[in-house]
Amino acid sequence: MTLVDVRDLVKHYAGERRWFGLGRPRPPVRAVDGVSFTISSGRTLGLVGESGSGKTTVGRTMLRLQEPTSGKVLFEGADVFALDSGALRTLRRRMQIVFQDPYSSLNPRMTVQQTLREPLEIHRLNGTVGALLEEVGLDAAFAKRYPHELSGGQRQRVGIARALSVEPQFIVCDEPVSALDVSVQAQVLNLLADLQARRRLTYLFIAHDLAVVRHIADAVAVMYLGKIVEHAPAAEIYALPRHPYTTALLSAVPEPDPRATRTRIVLSGDIPSPAAPPPGCPFHPRCPHPLKSERCRTEVPPLREVPTGSGHLAACHYAEQPM
Amino acid sequence: MTVPTSAALLRVRDLKTYFVTEHGRGTARAVDEVSFDLYPGETLGIVGESGCGKTVTSLSILRLVPEPPGHILPGSLIEFEGRNLLALAPRELRSIRGNQIAMIFQEPMTSLNPVFTVGDQIAEAAIIHQHLSRRAARDRAIEMLRLVGIPDPDQRIDHYPHQLSGGMRQRVMIAMALVCHPKVLIADEPTTALDVTIQAQILELLDGLQQELGMAVLLITHDLGVVAGHTDRVVVMYAGRVVETAPTTGLFERPTHPYTEGLLAAVPRVHAPRSRLHAIPGQVPAATDWPSGCRFHPRCPYAWDKCAAQEPPLLDAGEGHTARCWLVTEPERRQAKP
Repeated sequence: MTLVDVRDLVKHYAGERRWFGLGRPRPPVRAVDGVSFTISSGRTLGLVGESGSGKTTVGRTMLRLQEPTSGKVLFEGADVFALDSGALRTLRRRMQIVFQDPYSSLNPRMTVQQTLREPLEIHRLNGTVGALLEEVGLDAAFAKRYPHELSGGQRQRVGIARALSVEPQFIVCDEPVSALDVSVQAQVLNLLADLQARRRLTYLFIAHDLAVVRHIADAVAVMYLGKIVEHAPAAEIYALPRHPYTTALLSAVPEPDPRATRTRIVLSGDIPSPAAPPPGCPFHPRCPHPLKSERCRTEVPPLREVPTGSGHLAACHYAEQPM
Repeated sequence: MTVPTSAALLRVRDLKTYFVTEHGRGTARAVDEVSFDLYPGETLGIVGESGCGKTVTSLSILRLVPEPPGHILPGSLIEFEGRNLLALAPRELRSIRGNQIAMIFQEPMTSLNPVFTVGDQIAEAAIIHQHLSRRAARDRAIEMLRLVGIPDPDQRIDHYPHQLSGGMRQRVMIAMALVCHPKVLIADEPTTALDVTIQAQILELLDGLQQELGMAVLLITHDLGVVAGHTDRVVVMYAGRVVETAPTTGLFERPTHPYTEGLLAAVPRVHAPRSRLHAIPGQVPAATDWPSGCRFHPRCPYAWDKCAAQEPPLLDAGEGHTARCWLVTEPERRQAKP
């Protein structure tokens, strides 16, 4: 059953005016440019991309932490962007977020107890701080501590406990493990998987690291310059990516195996600015696909289904002939 | 890939770098008796998690640790071509720093000076160390920008750091470091702040430049994937200590120290079926309060009473491996636990 349905989501940031606010405005930054996907109840969608791809903006706009430019987000059929503030507050109980940096997202003047107590009181819930801490694998003694007394992994567990406190159905996990060391990262990923199984949670898992996403996602969507360029079941996208950007991204992940014989595709050039995306396929200036043609430079490839029988979507004119 | 046959270019012996903390919380023993050799032409990786002492080790080599609060203890030795860098006068050290031993850092934006053009910053070392004229140094800077793959180098040379992307800034930093053709390049997390496609570009560039210029590289990283693809030998650090050294292929095929073993099992892999990751329980202890005995024993699945009481030395585990673990002497205990 579909829990979250995102339809043609657009978020543009107005360009700054030149000459100290007096001149012509710069072109808008098209951070998110027509993104659509659905997530079924109890599943995890991994949203992957490099800096500036718009993945974080998608997560924040879905929760209305930022207002969209256009588009729709349906949560159990209810239009999130049409709610008044009272209804939105009720809905926020059911949609939560875990941020990347657990240090800047916890109030340094509040103890763990106070941080976790607050949502319980606001929403008049019966949960206890002790039970929440236990659920995220922290000793009850942590309730008295302040964020600066905790390690990165412990802080992230508190961030997760805070999200869980209001008993949400859906959690946006925005790079929840990228600030953590490898050994602790594994602890937090396993915790997120356990919580999902126990509480039947639905996740949007935003990350730049394809290897991390491999261990948590059921389906993966890859973003480039504000657009989804590929979206497929996880096993399929890792085994046979259909978009050359996904192929290059996968091949660029350093593999912890000195005998790996995989050929590495090194993309040339930088990611273009989302204020001035290239015409045609936005990836064409960096694309290593041998079939790249004039068509790529002029015609924007739509995100369309590749006939694999599993709902594999790719925005490439040559998705049937993957690299 | 080189096998060390000649004499070491850089020898580090019993390096101890401690920091005195405020409010009398004690001394942080950030680097504690670290020893390793770097041979000409090879890439040696130093790998470990936050707080293991890898960055302080690299800063100590060029005496870039701020003093106070830090200090390198007497008895430490950092020998470059037969000279102890720790005993040199500041003037003599300056003639080596940036000239024969150069360094690149993680964060190119904070390591480049925002008020000078990239050309000025690259040329500076050539003017100081190689006594080039301004004009010759500028030509050299253009040549360096071309070498590190920056398009239109004769225009880019007059740009300021903020006009460049993250990947381009890192290329500029590499150009700055290599302008005097150093014998040793210390690269401290050179790609950690970069996106994965840009990381691949920079690592490929470093590999190519090393082949071309024949320098030795000390690559400091937390990423075992980077270690696997770009080093000849590896030093694994934990809690201020070297816990294992090995040839790179050997380390991945036969991790000997339980910390290395745990770290390798914890790495998420792209080409593995979806599965639960192995996690190392607990966290890295504080540098002011390392555990007794083996510093890894509170997190180690194999630890027994000896490990808490007595710290093992670096023991020879064969095939170029050394490991600071009592399992080397009592291998049968490895079977006892999962």
